[in-house]
Amino acid sequence: MSISETATRPGLSISDLNISFRNKDGWTSVVRNLGFDIAPGETVAIVGESGSGKSVTALSVLGLLPQQSTRIEGSIRLGDRQLLSLSPKDLKALRGNEIAMIFQEPMTSLNPTMCIGEQIAESIIAHRGISKAEAKVEAIRLMEKVHIPSAARRYGEYPHQFSGGMRQRVMIAIALACKPALLIADEPTTALDVTIQAQVLNLIKELQEEEGMAVLFITHDMGVVAEVADRMVVMYRGDVVEEGTTTEIFANARHPYTKALLSAAPQLGSMSGSSNPQPFAIYDINTGLAAEASVLKSTVDTSEILLDVKDLSVRFPVQQTIFGKVTARVHAVENVSLTLARGETLAIVGESGSGKSTTGKLITGLLHPTAGKVEICGKPMRIDTRQSLSRSVQMIFQDPFASLNPRLTVGRAITEPLRIHKLASEKEQDEIAASLLTRVGLSPEIAKRYPHEFSGGQRQRICVARTLALKPSVIIADEAVSALDVSVKAQVVNLLLELQQEMQLGFIFISHDMAVVERISNRVAVMYLGEIVEIGPRAAIFSNPVHPYTRRLIEAVPVPDPSRRRDRHKIADSEIRSPVRPGDYVPPARTYREVSSGHLVQDAGPEWAA
Amino acid sequence: MTGTSLKFTPRQIPAYLLALLLVVSLLAPVLPLQDPLAMDTAARFAGPSAQHLFGQDEFGRDILVRLVFALRNSLIVAFAAAILAGVIGTALGVLAGYSRGLTEMLAMRFIDIVLCFPPLLLAMLAVTLYGPGPVTLIPVLAIVFVPSFTRVAHASVLSVRSQDYVEAVRSMGASNARVMFSTILPNIAGPLIVQFSFTVAVTVVLESGLSFLGLGVLPPAPSLGLMIGTGRATLAQAPMLLVWPCAALTAMILILNAFCDDLRDRLDPKSSKIRGQ
Repeated sequence: MSISETATRPGLSISDLNISFRNKDGWTSVVRNLGFDIAPGETVAIVGESGSGKSVTALSVLGLLPQQSTRIEGSIRLGDRQLLSLSPKDLKALRGNEIAMIFQEPMTSLNPTMCIGEQIAESIIAHRGISKAEAKVEAIRLMEKVHIPSAARRYGEYPHQFSGGMRQRVMIAIALACKPALLIADEPTTALDVTIQAQVLNLIKELQEEEGMAVLFITHDMGVVAEVADRMVVMYRGDVVEEGTTTEIFANARHPYTKALLSAAPQLGSMSGSSNPQPFAIYDINTGLAAEASVLKSTVDTSEILLDVKDLSVRFPVQQTIFGKVTARVHAVENVSLTLARGETLAIVGESGSGKSTTGKLITGLLHPTAGKVEICGKPMRIDTRQSLSRSVQMIFQDPFASLNPRLTVGRAITEPLRIHKLASEKEQDEIAASLLTRVGLSPEIAKRYPHEFSGGQRQRICVARTLALKPSVIIADEAVSALDVSVKAQVVNLLLELQQEMQLGFIFISHDMAVVERISNRVAVMYLGEIVEIGPRAAIFSNPVHPYTRRLIEAVPVPDPSRRRDRHKIADSEIRSPVRPGDYVPPARTYREVSSGHLVQDAGPEWAA
Repeated sequence: MTGTSLKFTPRQIPAYLLALLLVVSLLAPVLPLQDPLAMDTAARFAGPSAQHLFGQDEFGRDILVRLVFALRNSLIVAFAAAILAGVIGTALGVLAGYSRGLTEMLAMRFIDIVLCFPPLLLAMLAVTLYGPGPVTLIPVLAIVFVPSFTRVAHASVLSVRSQDYVEAVRSMGASNARVMFSTILPNIAGPLIVQFSFTVAVTVVLESGLSFLGLGVLPPAPSLGLMIGTGRATLAQAPMLLVWPCAALTAMILILNAFCDDLRDRLDPKSSKIRGQ
């Protein structure tokens, strides 16, 4: 597209926008006095946590809020057209043609019964009215444009055959089918792995440069904002608290909330020089002052090994002939060995399919290994010992809502482990619940309420309290803070660190979030396709990553610093490979070499030669 | 849930009506009612009077009293059969859904076999073999309705067992029995209770159908199906003889369904918010 054409494209201009929702008590204001402009070719990010009104704003631009129960005042203009006064018919024509949107969850946005190519072609036909054959050619061109490898061959494949990152590319292709003037991206990379996130962000930037469209980017991730946005609008509970260019705000945030948000955003590399975990500095949202972050003493006691995992493997058959011969297997975990000392935090990092969650389940005995053994405090974990050993090893899950039984009150949920092991009378249980709730920073009065009445952060605190009920020595935290807002994430991480100080807990912290891992861990294990490719002290892994995969992972983490934006041309469009192997696959024998004390690296196989 | 106010709301009407129905049917033998079997051939087909509010039937028996006892018989058969079917079916379904593998295969295929028989046909077969009467009727109806409970329980378990809280309880060291019956079961209670209401209602209809054909409750004991059957024969002389039992049957099924619908909403801890409680 030529520059002259770019110049005539309309931009988005929002002023004095007020949005209220009707509920039974009248109107609740959800967005107040919002105003910003996006010029063609520019990217503006709306940043905020849950409930800040950022997604509502996006939906109001598209006219997708329910008319009966919403009141929108102010002005939303695209070029010289007032969007708020358009008829539903005109709005419908506008959506897709001039404004396109991509969502967080690419799987649910695609029709599972229609092949990918046809879904792209369908949207081209709907908006441009060209013939089917022409649309197919155009669809393949678009698929190539969003870097879907061998596009012509994959035209007839279905959504389930695509990975998450590839599905998001398809969504982008559909969004771009009609060369929109404005692209609204609502958390488009939140559900993706870091290396894939880097690729998708890269793609959006690249396409924006080519097409000259305005991009409204909605996110909670400061790293992503620094990476993509020219300007940013910070929202807090419906109000704009700060607005400006990204460089300006990152360098010199004025509003306390922005400061709090920025300081809570984990920053890779902020921990070099210290070997112990370190809590986040918590900023007061009203004053903007940081509470003094305490320096933690080391809790590690290497004389006591809490957890010893040796040569652990688990494989699941995924395909069998009718005679029961396995023709394909998932090699979920392959020859994993690790140890955990008292008071130590070992982080297991990796992307989807790396086997990190499966490793966690094997350690807790929720799954049984195909080979290898797990020892907890010197006792082997087996089917017959699982119930008694579960007192020593407890688990925190990613989704705090899903991991609380909706039929139990908070108090009953916290004391459920005690009832399972018949450890306390009813009266003692109430007391224990109250003291545990206080311990995790909640009021003991909430014990009578149900989980659905609480926010995500509070629920995760309840889950933490539940794992403490049995006074375990090892806690496995499976993506325990990944689903939480940044400021809440910081608080929960700090709570975990405090508990470790107090009780000398050993943590296995499973996460894909490198920045949080850097803060919380003593040692790090990097997993790829079921194997540990690199393991060692945190400082060694982050300052001297040796394995090519570890390097790629660390490079892909978005840095919350606009001045350190990556060179985009370096990011390769590689996919995360699948751990599904043919039935007769024999895993190659791996060798490890010691780079420095305790820092082991797998000798990279031929697939890494480049 | 526990703090529901005692204030009367229209939603509670079915509950009160059902309570009334149950109390009257349970206490029927001790209430000051006339004998449902006492004949008065002089007053055949007599219309409503102060003594006989709904009139008298072809043998001069009091229709209202007979209706009360008929409802009592129907409800006893229906509840007994539904409870039996519910317990067996749910246990089978939860076991199949939770343990998967061979147990699931055997349980579900067995259910499929039972499902192949049309309910009425199966009931007629059993009655022909073992003779009519409630003692045959209850186990037969229970077997007929086991598959529906198993299917509902099985499907619900499949969706619940993959939830993190089930995994969480297992990671706390809970035994399989505990996971199945104190974690999964309360969370699939909603659909099962609805299935129960449906089963009670259908059992009432099926029991009436069998009695209508002379295969259920034996005369002279009162039953709605029997009353409809005999009422049909005398339709021209006394149409109300047919209308009353039909109306009673319809009312009972409506009350049962409305009650269980409300019960399901109340049992869900999340719905109290939706209702604006």
